[in-house]
Amino acid sequence: MADLNDFRGQTRVWLEENCPPSMRQPILSEKDPWWGGRKAEFLSEDQRLWLERMAERGWTAPQWPVEYGGGGLSREEAKILQQEMERILARRPLESFGIDMLGPALLKFASEEQKQRYIPEIVRGEIRWCQGYSEPNAGSDLASLQARAEDKGDHYLVNGSKVWTSYADKSDWIFCLVRTDFDAPKHQGISFLLFDMESPGVSTNPVKLISGNSPFCDTFFDNVKVPKENLVGELNKGWDIAKYLLTHEREMIGGFGLSKAGADSLGQAAAQKLGLANGRLREGGLRGDIADFEIEELAFASTVERVIDEAKAGQGTGAASSLLKLYGTELNKSRNELLMSIGGSAALQWGDDGTTTFARDWLRSKGNSIEGGTSEIQLNIIAKRILGMPG
Amino acid sequence: MALVLNEEQQMLRDSAKSFIQESSPVSILRELRDSDAEWSPELWTGMAEMGWAGIAIAEEYGGLEFGYVGAGVVQEECGRTLASSPLVSSAFVCASLISALGSDDQKTSLLPAISSGESIYALASGESPRFDPLAVKMTAVPDGDSYVLNGTKTHVIDGNVCNNYIVVARTSGNAGDPDGLSLFVIGKDADGVGCQGALNADSRISATVVFDQVRVNNSALLGEPGAGWQALQRALDIGAVMSAAELLGLADEAFKRTIEYLKDRKQFGVVVASFQALQHRAAQLFCELELCRSAVLKALQALDEDAESRSRLASAAKAKMTKTAKLAVNEAVQMHGGIGMTDEFDIGFFMKRAAAASQEYGDYYYHTDRFAQLGGY
Repeated sequence: MADLNDFRGQTRVWLEENCPPSMRQPILSEKDPWWGGRKAEFLSEDQRLWLERMAERGWTAPQWPVEYGGGGLSREEAKILQQEMERILARRPLESFGIDMLGPALLKFASEEQKQRYIPEIVRGEIRWCQGYSEPNAGSDLASLQARAEDKGDHYLVNGSKVWTSYADKSDWIFCLVRTDFDAPKHQGISFLLFDMESPGVSTNPVKLISGNSPFCDTFFDNVKVPKENLVGELNKGWDIAKYLLTHEREMIGGFGLSKAGADSLGQAAAQKLGLANGRLREGGLRGDIADFEIEELAFASTVERVIDEAKAGQGTGAASSLLKLYGTELNKSRNELLMSIGGSAALQWGDDGTTTFARDWLRSKGNSIEGGTSEIQLNIIAKRILGMPG
Repeated sequence: MALVLNEEQQMLRDSAKSFIQESSPVSILRELRDSDAEWSPELWTGMAEMGWAGIAIAEEYGGLEFGYVGAGVVQEECGRTLASSPLVSSAFVCASLISALGSDDQKTSLLPAISSGESIYALASGESPRFDPLAVKMTAVPDGDSYVLNGTKTHVIDGNVCNNYIVVARTSGNAGDPDGLSLFVIGKDADGVGCQGALNADSRISATVVFDQVRVNNSALLGEPGAGWQALQRALDIGAVMSAAELLGLADEAFKRTIEYLKDRKQFGVVVASFQALQHRAAQLFCELELCRSAVLKALQALDEDAESRSRLASAAKAKMTKTAKLAVNEAVQMHGGIGMTDEFDIGFFMKRAAAASQEYGDYYYHTDRFAQLGGY
């Protein structure tokens, strides 16, 4: 315990000295976070400094091994780091599918050579990754995917298409599920490939969503040559990696259910916007719905905390990721619905410069319970795997 | 503090589970209901022997000083079998008032008997059907070295089986004022005290207690006159979280019984658990219960730490738990189908107790309103 207290003290001092003031502001717009990659430019010197300083200690990926550039922290230490960052409202220095999704899968399934090549550049935010999973005819039934990689001796030849590839047009590399055995049962013919998005034959086409923004792309592979050493894990065993990675994706998306550090509570936001009469919001129904939401939010945040603490104490149920995904996304949708109600007609403002608005955020949130496995898929998983219901 | 049970708390849970399952299964509730007995003194004696009445009482007054997380763990197990006892009223709620407000003399003379289970206390606070602890009209008027109390308390939990009441009365102010509330220890047999029990839907008895010109010595007052609200709020937070813990056990058990039933019951040639319409509802309920478990544990820990956020967390836990328990018992009866409607089958007991426990120490509407108020809106 004394060690942990020391760690907290040292971390607090280090953060005070090294986190630039402008990096201690709540993230308000989609443009605020830093996603890294070859094509990205820093919005400010502070943003660059903050990333550089955190990456140098491996604190962009606090629990990853030091040998691959990670922070090498224990769970307890990582929790303390997070608490201390929240205390001063420090932003995450790097948003990254490499950190939230690919990295954990590489650490578990990749060869030593692959780990040494890919993980350090993820930690430093040098390469931005996107995820090639869903296809036009493989959504909830992901394992029926058809994109194919043929063995051409010294390379794989990849053909097919992916949909809902988040930020494919801004990414440098893709981790991609492809079919490598065309006769095997669907789960047993899938492999996990990594390749450069600048490879000849890769093209992307941003898809405009109901929010008017285009965070997702259709992605096409037309005779893309992929070196054989870019296969992760065993040939035709990619589904295991896919599932492992999906649990991390679910936890990441479920995290949307947590309110942003430093942001006003919905109730406080409503009080500021609408004013109070006798200490209460005038409209009782809205007030009740806000309170109900905040109670759910609190129970959800406590569940995230409990899941982490149980895992640490070896008491985990192993079912957490579906639960967190399901509940976190539904909560985020409710939050956006309430923000629209609190904002009234002003919240409907569209804005034609593509900036984030209440209305666009509200529409974007509807995708939360679809992406990364729909809410209905999560309910199936819980019913079958946890409750043992047949069929 | 990590949001998990530590080893000691897990051991307490395990011993509570086996004790309760053995000495007070749901069939005991049915037997009690079908007999003339108002409660089970044997169960209370057993609980006291387990030390449970002293869980939340300091060691110097004969308690175990184990804390409220432990108390909640016990309550959860009681909830599973719908076991009825004055544990919450006496050992958790009233004991907290005596501990917080009592003089050294009062603590020394009153707490050891609560801790051993020998004395049973009930909180005589509410005067209206909906929970509203500030709406106290009952008066206590000083007269020389004594007070004279007049008023009526309704739905006093365990009011029929206790030996003593802690009575909330006004020494100043009007209904709705936080100032002016004073707390008195009054024996059930005191002159002018009349207790009338009434049977509720959950087969438990609550009491209406009339205080008619009841004269007590100044020494019956707990703490300073008119300054009882702060300690009362804390005691009611304890009551709310304990009833949430009971509801957690109750709802979880109703859920488990329902899942078992779905896996057993066949229609159209297959077990009904194979129907997706039921699977999704069951999975949803599972998630709700997991959230409840977190909210309740968080609130229990806040009681032990006496954290600043205590009241907010207590209200969150009771509100969330009340809402989910209602869903759990409604789904339980619906998914059991016709058999769930029969008295012969136990699942209906869960529905009835859930409704009663939801009202104790404030229901969903009370606690969401309070949560909003504490949040500044």
